[in-house]
Amino acid sequence: MKELKIQPIKNGTVIDHITAGNAVKVLHILGIPKSNTSIVSVAMNVKSKYGKKDIVKIENRELDPHEVDKIALISPKATINIIRDYEVAEKHKVNLSNEISGIVKCSNPTCVSNSKEPVKSRFIVLNKDPLKIKCYYCEREPDEEDIADRII
Amino acid sequence: MSFFLIQMNFEGKDIISIKDFSKKEINYILNYAKEMVSYAKGEKYKDILKGKVLSSLFFEPSTRTRLSFESAMNRLGGRVIGFADPGATSQKKGESLADTIRMADAYSDTIVLRHPQEGAARLAAEFADGPVLNAGDGAGRHPTQCLLDLFTIKTEKKRIGKNKIVLLGDLKYGRTVHSLAYALSLYGADLTFVSPGSLKMPKEVINECKSLGSEPASTSNLEKAIKDADVLYVTRIQKERFPDAEEYNRVVGAYKIDNELLSAAQEDLIIMHPLPRVTEISPEVDKTPHALYFKQAFNGIPVRMALLSLVTGGKI
Repeated sequence: MKELKIQPIKNGTVIDHITAGNAVKVLHILGIPKSNTSIVSVAMNVKSKYGKKDIVKIENRELDPHEVDKIALISPKATINIIRDYEVAEKHKVNLSNEISGIVKCSNPTCVSNSKEPVKSRFIVLNKDPLKIKCYYCEREPDEEDIADRII
Repeated sequence: MSFFLIQMNFEGKDIISIKDFSKKEINYILNYAKEMVSYAKGEKYKDILKGKVLSSLFFEPSTRTRLSFESAMNRLGGRVIGFADPGATSQKKGESLADTIRMADAYSDTIVLRHPQEGAARLAAEFADGPVLNAGDGAGRHPTQCLLDLFTIKTEKKRIGKNKIVLLGDLKYGRTVHSLAYALSLYGADLTFVSPGSLKMPKEVINECKSLGSEPASTSNLEKAIKDADVLYVTRIQKERFPDAEEYNRVVGAYKIDNELLSAAQEDLIIMHPLPRVTEISPEVDKTPHALYFKQAFNGIPVRMALLSLVTGGKI
């Protein structure tokens, strides 16, 4: 019999196919547990068809597209499953738009987007996987591994 | 305009980064700048920008860029307002750049901006309805310098590509060399980068050159590099861009161009420098036919006349 590492949830969101080791970063991006009182289950380094992956299950919370965009920055292959009454009601892959705004802070301390000016940070997505982004203002391209630390 | 069969419309366009322009557009600007030379010298006069006002906003010191923009506007019959000392403005009271730009946009037709923060000109363009010309944003971009450098090479060498061009000095922090390396690669120039080990051309700039089909060489041996060079582009080691004084002291004076070094160079080698220079080019070189840097500085006027005319819609 197949062993279930995490129980199915009745309502909420299952984030599947998270890059192995990134589940904690996903929780950080989602502001969990600070902004959330629902039950969250995390499985890391789970075997899958394509190697290892992480899974996050959040009960009674359906992610909105803005949050999904953020996850794509650290786990471009992740899928979002909205669960209603134990069934997958919606399933979609995370997908970065061609431009991301107000999500990542520019790594250049003298970039104008890091000053008191009334603008949000803006990045042009040059490549989605592997992730390559460029600051719209100063044109600096942060290293892929630095992006997670710079998510606002 | 008589110089080109195809007309291009630049009216209202911002000039923020050289990368915003195709080779065709750059050629168009350079050809128009050539038409402007006699106007820049005052041999001809046409007030095509009469009634137009330029805001010249310099938050950082400048001699050539500011004066040549202001001269360019005046030579075409326009007027200039602005400041060269931000200490005398509301910025000192804490006003944001965005608000300063909104005001300048309301008071004038075009804005020229120099600012210490990278991306400032891109931000300014978001808040201004009229065109914004980037006159240098921190260690970032300086597109009008790049265009006048290309104009100088084209004028002196009759073409930009197929020249062996050596970029020397502070290739890490120097804002002009990054844009220039990109633009020269667009034209297929043969590039060699010469710098002290700690001031090498950043990897991303080299990769960008490669993506345009260029194969730049890097060395610290200047004597060897200039032997068959057509253009030697020298930059100052910029003290103000160094994070610490110790690193600056280690590299300042690493290279010096003098007549002895130039005795091994080709007769028609031209030496360019965005200026100001400090000690990197000996004054004895100024009298040799190699010295092009003062003519290069003059070329800022026709190039900036061409840009101001194109973005404000005035036509010669």
